[in-house]
Amino acid sequence: MSNEHSMRRVTAIRNGTVIDHIPSGQAMRVLEMLGIGASTAVPVSLVMNVPSKKMGSKDIIKVEDRELNQSELDRLALVAPDAHVAIIRAYSVAEKLTINLGQEVVNVVRCTFSNCITTNLREPQPHRLKVVQRDPLQLRCHYCGRPQNLSELANNVL
Amino acid sequence: MAGLITMDDLTNEQIIDILGDAERLLPVARGEIYLPLLQGRILGNLFFEPSTRTRMSFETAMKRLGGDVINLGDVKTSSVVKGETLYDTIQMVDGYTDIIAMRHPRQGAAQYAQDAAQVPILNGGDGAGHHPTQTMLDLFTIKQAHGHLDGLRVVLAGDLRYGRTVHSLSHALVRFGCDLIFASPDLLKMPEEIVSDLRSHGANVTETEDLYGSMAEADVVYMTRIQKERFADEDEYARCAGAYKLHARHLSEVKQDMIVMHPLPRVDEIDPSVDKTRHARYFEQAFNGVVARMALLCRLLGVPIPAKIEGGAL
Repeated sequence: MSNEHSMRRVTAIRNGTVIDHIPSGQAMRVLEMLGIGASTAVPVSLVMNVPSKKMGSKDIIKVEDRELNQSELDRLALVAPDAHVAIIRAYSVAEKLTINLGQEVVNVVRCTFSNCITTNLREPQPHRLKVVQRDPLQLRCHYCGRPQNLSELANNVL
Repeated sequence: MAGLITMDDLTNEQIIDILGDAERLLPVARGEIYLPLLQGRILGNLFFEPSTRTRMSFETAMKRLGGDVINLGDVKTSSVVKGETLYDTIQMVDGYTDIIAMRHPRQGAAQYAQDAAQVPILNGGDGAGHHPTQTMLDLFTIKQAHGHLDGLRVVLAGDLRYGRTVHSLSHALVRFGCDLIFASPDLLKMPEEIVSDLRSHGANVTETEDLYGSMAEADVVYMTRIQKERFADEDEYARCAGAYKLHARHLSEVKQDMIVMHPLPRVDEIDPSVDKTRHARYFEQAFNGVVARMALLCRLLGVPIPAKIEGGAL
C-alpha cells in the first residue's frame, strides 16, 4: 500500500499541522504530550498502524487550524523524535518543521522522580533532562540522575 | 570551581591521590601537628536534615586545618522554613564562604546547588542519592587495612535498598575490580537497576540472604542498619534483623585480616562483642571521616598538601 494511500485515509486539511511518521502506536502519546484532548475545539484526525515503506507501519495526526510552535515541537521530540511535521496553509505544505532532540531537553518537562529537588516548582533553575540514548529513548535528570519514566512525562509538561 | 557531587567527579587516579593526601594528614587530624593550610578560609555547613558524624567531621576537618566554619543551624529556625528556595539560600551562603558542605533530603540538591554556586559544593548526602565523602572515607579505611583497593572481596550487608552509602560505595569498589556480595533480606535487596548497572561495568556481583555463609573469603564485611519502619509487621522485622546481627562468635572462620565496617549509627546489627576483635574498624572508620574530608577540602580549594608533613605540635 502506498504512502499516498495511507495519507488519504483522512481527508486533506485546509490549514493546520500534519504530523507524519509517528512510530506505530504512539499517536495517543503524541496527543497527550501536545495537550490535545477532549477539550480541544479544533478538528483532529488520527490514523494508527497504517503501512509505511520507511517504517513498516506508522501513525499520522492531522490537527486543523492550529500550527505547532517550537515548545510543542520540543515536546514532540520526546515521543516521536523522527516524526515529520508539515504546516499546511490553503491545502499546501507551507513549511516543514524540524524536530530537534539534542543532548539535553531544557525546560520542556520536569523530572518524573517524586523526590527530585526540581519538584519544588519555585526553584528557579532550568529543568534539565539529559538524552542518554535516542532509540529507544532514555532520559536522565541532570540533577538527581534518575532515569525518567517516559509514560509519566506527559503529566510533567511545563 | 567544581565540587564533589558524585564519585563520577573523580578518576581512579584522583581517588588514590586524595587517599594518599589523607594518609599524610593523619597526624594533623589527630591533633599531633598543627598545619593551618586553610587559614582564612570559611566552610559553610548546610545540613538541611540531621547529621552527626558528617557535619561534625567536616567541622573538625576545617578547624584542624586552621579554617573557620559557619553553620546553617536548625532548619526549623532558618529562612528555609519561611519558604526560601535552595537557590536563594545558596546565593547567600556562596557570598559568605569559600566552600560548602551540604546535606539535603531531596535527591539532586547537591548538583542543583553546584549549578547555582561559584564556590565548590561537597555533597554530604542528597536524599537516597549520593554520599561521596562517605565513600572516600570508606575507601580510605579499606586501603588502610589492606594496603590497596584492587580486587578485594567485599560483603555489603543489611539494608541495601535504601542505603545511599552502599550504593555509592558499590560503584566505587567496582571501579577497582572488587567482587561484591550483597547479603540482605529480600525486601531490602540492592535495587535491580543498580545491580544491572554494576554488572554492565563488568562487576562480579553475588546476591544472597545468607550473611554468615558469605563471610568466609571476605576481605571486608560492610554492615548497615536495618530499620524497623521498612517492614509491614514486627515479626518479619525481628526475623530479618536477627539474620543480620554480627556477633564475635560469627568471626571464628573468617580471614585474619578481614575488617568489619559500619557507617554508624549502629543499633543491633553489630554486637558489642565484635568491638574488641581485630576485625572491628567502624570507630576508626568514623575517625577517618576527618582525614578524608581534610584531603577533599584542600583538593577542592586548590591547596596542595606538602609531600612531607612536619609542623609544630599544638
